[in-house]
Amino acid sequence: MTSSSSDHSSRDVVFASVRRALGVNGAEAPRRQAVADRIAGHPEGVIPARAQLPADEQIALFKAMVEAAAATLVHLPDAAAVPGAVAAYLRARNLPMSILRGADPRLAGLPWQDEPALDVWIGPSDGRQLAGLSHAFAGIAESGTVVMLSGPDNPSTLNLLPDHHLVVVDARDVTGTYEEVWTRIRAAYGPGTLPRTVNWITGPSRSADIEQTLLLGAHGPRSLHVLLVGEMPAGEA
Amino acid sequence: MSVHITSPDFKANARKALADAPLQQALAKVGPGFIGKRAAAADKLPEFKALRDSARDIKNHTLAHLDLYLERFETKARAAGGHVHFAVDAAQARDIVLDICRQLGAKTVTKGKSMISEEIALNDHLEANGIEPVETDLGEYLIQIRGEGPSHIIAPAIHLNKEQVEADFRRVHADLPPERNLSEPTALLAEARGKLRERFLAADVGITGANFLVAETGTSIIVTNEGNGDLTQTLPKAHIVLASLEKLVPTLEDVSQLLRVLARSATGQEMSVYTTFSTGPRRADDLDGPGEYHVVILDNGRSGMLAGQFREMLRCIRCGACMNHCPVYHAVGGHAYGWVYPGPMGAVLTPSLIGIEKGRNLPNASTFCGRCEQVCPVRIPLPKLMRNWREKEFERHLTPATQRYGLAFWAFFARRGWLYRPATRAAMAVLALAGKARGRFSKLPLAGGWTQYREFPAPEGGTFQAQWAARTSAQKSAR
Amino acid sequence: MSMREQSPVSVGLFVTCLVDTMRPSVGFAAVRLLEAAGCAVSVPRQTCCGQPAFNSGDRATTRALAEQMITAFETFDYVVAPSGSCAGMIKTHYPELFVGEPDWMPRVERFCAKVFELVSFLADVRGVTHVAAAYEGTVTYHDSCSGLRELGIQAQPRQLLASVAGLTLAEMPDSDVCCGFGGTFCVKYPDVSNAIVEKKAANIVASGADTLLAGDLGCLMNMAGKLQREGRSIRVRHVAEVLAGIGDTPPIGQPRPSAAGLGEAGQGRKP
Repeated sequence: MTSSSSDHSSRDVVFASVRRALGVNGAEAPRRQAVADRIAGHPEGVIPARAQLPADEQIALFKAMVEAAAATLVHLPDAAAVPGAVAAYLRARNLPMSILRGADPRLAGLPWQDEPALDVWIGPSDGRQLAGLSHAFAGIAESGTVVMLSGPDNPSTLNLLPDHHLVVVDARDVTGTYEEVWTRIRAAYGPGTLPRTVNWITGPSRSADIEQTLLLGAHGPRSLHVLLVGEMPAGEA
Repeated sequence: MSVHITSPDFKANARKALADAPLQQALAKVGPGFIGKRAAAADKLPEFKALRDSARDIKNHTLAHLDLYLERFETKARAAGGHVHFAVDAAQARDIVLDICRQLGAKTVTKGKSMISEEIALNDHLEANGIEPVETDLGEYLIQIRGEGPSHIIAPAIHLNKEQVEADFRRVHADLPPERNLSEPTALLAEARGKLRERFLAADVGITGANFLVAETGTSIIVTNEGNGDLTQTLPKAHIVLASLEKLVPTLEDVSQLLRVLARSATGQEMSVYTTFSTGPRRADDLDGPGEYHVVILDNGRSGMLAGQFREMLRCIRCGACMNHCPVYHAVGGHAYGWVYPGPMGAVLTPSLIGIEKGRNLPNASTFCGRCEQVCPVRIPLPKLMRNWREKEFERHLTPATQRYGLAFWAFFARRGWLYRPATRAAMAVLALAGKARGRFSKLPLAGGWTQYREFPAPEGGTFQAQWAARTSAQKSAR
Repeated sequence: MSMREQSPVSVGLFVTCLVDTMRPSVGFAAVRLLEAAGCAVSVPRQTCCGQPAFNSGDRATTRALAEQMITAFETFDYVVAPSGSCAGMIKTHYPELFVGEPDWMPRVERFCAKVFELVSFLADVRGVTHVAAAYEGTVTYHDSCSGLRELGIQAQPRQLLASVAGLTLAEMPDSDVCCGFGGTFCVKYPDVSNAIVEKKAANIVASGADTLLAGDLGCLMNMAGKLQREGRSIRVRHVAEVLAGIGDTPPIGQPRPSAAGLGEAGQGRKP
């Protein structure tokens, strides 16, 4: 769809009234420079001390914050333990032995054959699957948040439609802060560019809209289960 | 729902609210529910105060360069395949949305929570044009099926209790077995989840608000706990974002600062459950996501606020902390304010958007206790801005006559000490004598507003200044 | 009072218009406390700081009253008021009134720097930690909004009250929440104001105290008026009265003992 001509005139009216109110014309070099500098430099502001810990403490904080957000977490020695942990999760909750996952090579390369009873499906969710598995781009210790990037490897619907969302987080991808995640995304996608959707997920879906009673499982997953894999090499935090 | 403005009737609205027992029962939970959680979250983060300063500074910088950040946002969003539309007023915004829906042949649209949608009365417009809007935030869904507006900017149905919700669900979900048990909030939530899941999957267009727009990347951000906003924007053919122009922030780092104060101030969470950054439509190799992405940027009077003494109000990030801490809001709830935005932030913003003539009650209905300013994450001096409205009202002779004459009468004496002292001495002598027996009055001429609900204490008799003068001259003559 | 080698600091007492007219004993309590803290107290001729006009949007009247106030008080070392609301009005808001007036601004700022609320002046500026007073009873203290949020008055009154012989402090729930007075608010929106002071009264009663104290007469009159309308026997006083040891005057809204019924205004608890 292309913008209509009335859109263009509205645009002009809005910009003109903003500039009139600010007493500017938009061509001022120092203002343009200030804006260009801020976007190019994207300065960090106040970074909580909590998010700047040594490696082992950072992992411990991540685990604690994930659980504080009402998610569950298992810490696995390596990625090869993921299929077993997925099967164990489903079994413990009497769920069908079936999981829908993205095509992420980090998931595809796992020893799924070790769990012959587990049906593994690949693709986006249409809402009929009870459990979905994604691989996180990062985990954030500061708030126990997992960072999901949309794309063919990890479709966004997997984050939202299944009742149980299982997320693999590589311990090496656990950062202290949100800002470190932006740095890594810029490195992967180029400056000023994001995938269609970046989902920060902190715990399972919830609502307190009925008498302020906090209930889990509003529209998104009722349970968020983090499979933390491996260790963070010392000195990397 | 309709956004009929009843702000001029604030007093009557307030009286009605005070007499509404279920409402009072619901309001009694607002303070305990929000205040302690916010305080605990703030206490857990030693940098919280510094982050609030940082958040304020980011917003101030952005507002001072708003035209340029808007340009940057527009360029980046278009580069990512999105459409950016500008709307001067509510009518234009409604028409832009309707046009997009029509071009897609939309029959139903799902909606994430958006105060802009309330401000422009979008649902009425869509319905009038044969498109069914379905609110998906649980609170918004509850008020939609009741035909009400929100009473709180982050907890729109905070005025309801679960019995009211049960009755509404039985009325609206008539296809479900009448004998089902809906006595617990869990059952109500499960029913809403089931009903709305069908709507998510069937919708043609998804409309959300935006907590922030990021100029650096052309990204819109929504923050929710339910995940409804994500389902709304991911599943349909098109995602339409409604945002007012002050939602801009420069960079991803800047928005990270603001996100650190938003949830803590709003619900006391470290971070809301879903913070979603959306940039353009579904990419070529994506397996899901909307085929079209539109951002409608609404002015509706805000550019005018940039010029004057209300610019600071445009820092607001809609956390609701001001109303959560407001004794007036606690007493009367959000509907009494008579339009979309209640509480202290509404008391400043509403007159800017609907005019001081209609909105004059709102900045007056404050004790200036200052608790709102104390908790505002972007440090908006809300009492000062409400006082600015009172000044405009006074300058334009909109203040009610009794108040104006009362003030003038008092000011006449206060500005003339030589008259003030004998006048107060005489008045207090009379009052003290009249009140001597009981020490107080249950009725007093011209003080009905006071004595309707309270006793008025009798003065001790004699003014301090007169007694002090007597004491001083007695000491002098004794020397 | 005894004069030591140092000459005492001069304090201009801004008694506030409510104390001046309604409850002069608070003014005398302030004098007693200031003198005990080594201050030479003067009471220049005065009316009002202008807050009612300021909060009603009448800037011109406010500006005129501010000028009158500054002129009357600027010669003293300090200006002290037994009210967080009035002191806050002057200290935090007067400068706003003179923005763009370079002739006035330095003068206003010098003036505002020496304006204090009474109890915080005693504790923070004069270093007073004890008072020589006794009060038999359990008191609860309400933090009036302006004093609390504009001037940071919270610990000081409690610290000084702790030194009063015989006094027990029992905190009420939400002592830092507004009482609903709000100056002209209470008569412009009486229904809303009443809803707020009803909650406050319930919290005061819940404290179990027999006496309510606060540092602002407006709030005190509002709360006393509500408690009395509800038939409560809780005594209501300005904090300065108790700190100055004149807690034997009739409480706010109570008659003098000679005119009273069954000892309503006395010190003893009602049976």
